[in-house]
Amino acid sequence: MAAADTAVDLSQAMRLEPVLPGDWLVVAPLLLTILGGALCLITRKNTEAQPKVAIIFLTLLVLSCAGLLARVLDKGVVTMVAGSWLPPFGIAFTADALGATLALTSSLVALAVAVYGASDVDRSGRRYGFYPFLLLLMTGVCGAFLTGDIFNLYVWFEVLLISSFGLLVLGNERAQLDGAVKYAILNIIATTLFLIATGLLYGIVGTLNMADIAIKARGIGMDGPLTTVAVLYFLAFAMKAAAFPVNFWLPASYHTPRIVVSAVFAGLLTKVGVYALLRIFVLLMPDARAALADLIALVAILTMLTGVFGALAQTDIRRLLGYLVISGIGSMLAGLAIGTTPALAGAIFYAVHSILVMTALYMAAGVMRALGGSFSLRELGGLYGANPAFAAVFLMLGFAVAGLPPFSGFWPKVLLVDAALVGGHGWIAAAILITGLLTTIAIGRVWVFAFWRGGAEGTPDGYEKALAVPDPKITGAGIWLPIGLLLGLIVLLGIQPEFMMQVAGRGAASLGEPLGYLRSVFGDAIQ
Amino acid sequence: MRTVIFRTIAPYLAALMVLFSVFVLLRGHNEPGGGFIGGLIAASALAIYGIACGVAAVRRAITLHPMSLSAAGLLMAALSGLVSLFTGQPFMTSQWWYVRLFGVEVPLSTPMIFDIGVYLVVVGSIGSIALALEERESD
Repeated sequence: MAAADTAVDLSQAMRLEPVLPGDWLVVAPLLLTILGGALCLITRKNTEAQPKVAIIFLTLLVLSCAGLLARVLDKGVVTMVAGSWLPPFGIAFTADALGATLALTSSLVALAVAVYGASDVDRSGRRYGFYPFLLLLMTGVCGAFLTGDIFNLYVWFEVLLISSFGLLVLGNERAQLDGAVKYAILNIIATTLFLIATGLLYGIVGTLNMADIAIKARGIGMDGPLTTVAVLYFLAFAMKAAAFPVNFWLPASYHTPRIVVSAVFAGLLTKVGVYALLRIFVLLMPDARAALADLIALVAILTMLTGVFGALAQTDIRRLLGYLVISGIGSMLAGLAIGTTPALAGAIFYAVHSILVMTALYMAAGVMRALGGSFSLRELGGLYGANPAFAAVFLMLGFAVAGLPPFSGFWPKVLLVDAALVGGHGWIAAAILITGLLTTIAIGRVWVFAFWRGGAEGTPDGYEKALAVPDPKITGAGIWLPIGLLLGLIVLLGIQPEFMMQVAGRGAASLGEPLGYLRSVFGDAIQ
Repeated sequence: MRTVIFRTIAPYLAALMVLFSVFVLLRGHNEPGGGFIGGLIAASALAIYGIACGVAAVRRAITLHPMSLSAAGLLMAALSGLVSLFTGQPFMTSQWWYVRLFGVEVPLSTPMIFDIGVYLVVVGSIGSIALALEERESD
């Protein structure tokens, strides 16, 4: 039946004015990764073509995310509601500076990982779907960053979780299955809690649209049911983000897959959890954040310290880096605990920094393994002699993760410590600084053992063990290019932090004072 | 399981189920049904055929690898949302075309294409899981 012969006023239910092509940038990241993933799946037997398809689509993804960020900075928050339905009934995709920045950073990391994977992942890994899973993982990650609907957020979490299961068991080794079981069970519990909390929240406010929830939850204030929902969300996303005391799945699983998979996991997955915490506790339920601030601060401090102590105790580089991921999560949670705009900006900046540096460090661990034949600090040694340039690269990455200038980790820590002292949270500031010191020691330990020492444990001083010549494919341009790209960004953010500071400030401001966000969804009538 | 009766009846049963799944798929726009449930029915048809006549026979019958079916479905579903780009409407706004075939007006739409995509994704993924499980058992 044609629409013309029914006299229904569609403007009550649907958006009838045309959409600018630029607004499609909000959904472009999802479409590109789904299309690329499907094409990679179709060509999965053609192991030569797959990396090319993936790299082309991920390059397009980077461009579309950059375009989206430029548009957000230029015109404010961008919203597109699927199917023309008016919010809160249509499913909204809403990109603010926070979401767009994280989507851009993640897509850069994914591109680097795809390039690294072209040299590192063998034919069987490709045939079992490394590239389709990588692209679909990016669908989930970008979807989570860009959606404006809390149930939709759950769906994207599922998408990225299922893809990550696939990546985790790539290779089918015993240890991988063991790690995957721990990872899967904990994450499924967290996702279920997330779903339960969302159901309860829907029961309270009667809507799933984030902007709508933000309005209604502010109207309700803080009461019993809403506090329960907030605590459930905190537990669910703390699990996802690997915050203390629900962080044990991360060191138990991140060292089992291929190193390139560990790299993408360490970069992206926990940060999506942190993003969800920021979105829910600052944009949707600011009263709950204020009520839980002390708890969040305690969790943040313990996460930072247990993370870095774990790193000090490990001899396997991959496990050590896994603990450093956890320690970084603590810093971001500290920003959430303080809750002022500069603190949130620090947390956002730290998330960007952590995505870049953790991926780069895992990639560097892969190179260490290729050069020295092991991931264990007991067996590594003499890498400085084997490749001095790489030793310098690793040291720079180490300084970045410890938060030393002039690298990207320095500025977010400055923001966070400053905000903590201004807000009267001396303990948080002290914890951040102590964690920085201990991280420097942990990284210094890796450098001394793996690079400075002449050979494996027991090599006398002054002796140099000759290392086997590594496979040229593992140390060629395909490996240096992605590490170089990430290192370049890390140095750039360290030397020229103004742009990132500004963007993170915009992101934090739009979380704390969401008028722009709400107007983007509901139109200018919102006060 | 491989009795003569079952082996004789299974091809017909599978064919009927696939036909029924297409009916359920197309009916789904306005009435109970749709791509997901249709896909499940078709995947169970593949599973039954596999139990009766062996996995190799199923793989021959569907020509394409089930994962390729899945990927093609994903591609279709994603592209169906893109059509509204050309009409200046938001993502996934439905587009309708009314085609006269043999004197009957047939409504075609992007939700239908999306649903067919969902159907293929479900057939492909559930089918490949089912076939993989059956293969393990037989060797």
